[in-house]
Amino acid sequence: MSFDIRLPIGLLFLAIGVILVGYGLSSDAEIYRVHSLGTNINLLWGGVLVVFGLLMLALTLRKKT
Amino acid sequence: MHLGFVDWAIIALYLLFVLAIGILASRRTKTGSDFFLAGRSIPAWVAGLAFISANLGAQEVIGMGASGAKYGIATAHFYWVGAIPAMIFIGIFMMPFYYGSKARSAPEYLRMRFDEKTRGFNAITFAVMTIFSSGISMYALAKLIGILHVLDAPIHAMGLPPSAAFHAAIILSAAVVLAYIYLGGLKGAIYNEVLQFFLIVAGFAPLVWLGLKSVGGWDGIKAQLVPTYTHAWQGMAHASTNPLGVDWFGLVMGLGFVLSFGYWCTDFLIVQRAMAADSMGAARRTPIIAASIKMFFPFLVILPGLIALSLTASAMKGHVPGAVAHPAGVSSTVAQGSAEAPLIPVKIDSASGKPMVDSTGQPVLDYDLAVPNMLLKFFPTGMLGLGLTALLASFMSGMAGNVTAFNTVWTYDIYQAYIRKEASDDHYLLVGRLATFGGIALSVAAAYLATRFNNIMDMLQLVFAFINAPVFATFLLGMFWKRTTGHGAFVGLVCGTAAAAIHHGLTLPAGALAGFKGGWISVLHTYPSEMAQNFYTAIVAWSACFVITIAVSLMTKAHAEKDLEGLVYSLTPKITETTSAWYARPVFAGLVVLTGALILNILFR
Repeated sequence: MSFDIRLPIGLLFLAIGVILVGYGLSSDAEIYRVHSLGTNINLLWGGVLVVFGLLMLALTLRKKT
Repeated sequence: MHLGFVDWAIIALYLLFVLAIGILASRRTKTGSDFFLAGRSIPAWVAGLAFISANLGAQEVIGMGASGAKYGIATAHFYWVGAIPAMIFIGIFMMPFYYGSKARSAPEYLRMRFDEKTRGFNAITFAVMTIFSSGISMYALAKLIGILHVLDAPIHAMGLPPSAAFHAAIILSAAVVLAYIYLGGLKGAIYNEVLQFFLIVAGFAPLVWLGLKSVGGWDGIKAQLVPTYTHAWQGMAHASTNPLGVDWFGLVMGLGFVLSFGYWCTDFLIVQRAMAADSMGAARRTPIIAASIKMFFPFLVILPGLIALSLTASAMKGHVPGAVAHPAGVSSTVAQGSAEAPLIPVKIDSASGKPMVDSTGQPVLDYDLAVPNMLLKFFPTGMLGLGLTALLASFMSGMAGNVTAFNTVWTYDIYQAYIRKEASDDHYLLVGRLATFGGIALSVAAAYLATRFNNIMDMLQLVFAFINAPVFATFLLGMFWKRTTGHGAFVGLVCGTAAAAIHHGLTLPAGALAGFKGGWISVLHTYPSEMAQNFYTAIVAWSACFVITIAVSLMTKAHAEKDLEGLVYSLTPKITETTSAWYARPVFAGLVVLTGALILNILFR
């Protein structure tokens, strides 16, 4: 019986996503003008990672039940 | 560069998870089979993603970006010609013998099929090659950490000179890989490789998206660069009319056949992932699943280099290799970038302190900086942490792939075969764990050796040409021609490797000095580029091994047919796969992926 790698992947991506979203909401918009063409890439990509993390966790849970 | 608290938090989280997976895997690592073969318990999709990651070292992520900037989209040949067909081939045709023979390693298959000396030769050369690969990966990471000034603040705080960052990066990264392989063995490495795969995608996808937005999409790239940089097949008829400096025959035979099949079909670092799969069906699907994803990787790792070159061309008003002379219709977003330093800087001559120019007056660019500078330009604090984590992940997966393969080959094919034959499973498990230390220590030494080379990819191709190219002829003949004998295989292998060395010694790439780059015997022929020389070295090595193996086999006594059952195509019952759905069967899935690669070639012709 091997463990389900989707669990740690889900947890890590959720954690990184939450950090990026949190920082994206609190950071100065100036850094996005300098770097990412005005797009708040932390908020945007953090959101994507949160969704991906939750999806992985959902797949892990679905298998267990 | 200043890393914020968020960046460090993301990197620290990643390291925590990597170690945790190592510890989790160690709880299930009790026997040699667990440590070296992951207990043959890995599902196909996990093995497939690990198959990609193990090959995706830092040298690939940085090197492919650098090659993308140096040679353009033709770099994608390393995927669409130089990887996908071979990955399909091993899944459909070769995996039944690797997995079905119950060999624990690729060299061990050679012992079962041929004899001890063939195994020994392959095991030793392979062990040397894994050490080099892992050292190069380590060097790439350490150099990158120096360039990005990631460790400068903590190094300064400790009162050490800035050069200590290079050494600290090598030691720290090696220690983490050491820990999770020591604990979890192949299982720890494979499960981490899956995590690392997702991180690499997560770190690079937004970079490509922002980069494309900045340059004005694919059309924006085409507006800045000459057509041979955006068309993979244009100018391939002659070496002088394409950026690679290779003709189509050298490309298709050298890269697409010899180097590609030599690497993807015989390299144990790759094959080991599939051999860890939980069933024959899963083992055969592993490389095909990997190929279905791998064919899209040029967009992730090569495109950043092309974007960087386009932005550089725009900033330098077309005065870089590959740029159109006077770009028309420069968009306003691109023009903004021109006020900053170019993404790919001009190399500075360390003696005179002046920018370097080539014989045609074009500036010489430092392509290895393309990807790191893209990260710095487009990622603010936060995303930068994720981007660095992706680089770290690629480095660790590549290194772990080498170290796990080294452990197995060292323990089973060298230690058990020649040093201590009869010992308990516990003893070999301990030897494998200790080999992790030895392998990593040697990799560190190789990393310092790698500082002597400029383009990392070219050096890697050179090493592969010497060692891998002849090996594929041996496996091919061994699996598909029952008359091949052990003496034939061994003499063929030795002659193939010797032929590679002699060819390298007699030829030189244009503009290079005799020595490390070739021509150390005498210069009989000059190739238009180092890549062309490497490809033809491989062709010569393979051909020599193929012909000599056949000739010597015919002169020596054939193996008894009953000893070859399960090892040779004609003496093994055909596998009729009925357990999985029709779309998951290797032949069908393989053809679909192959068609996909063909379509990509046509789209970017």
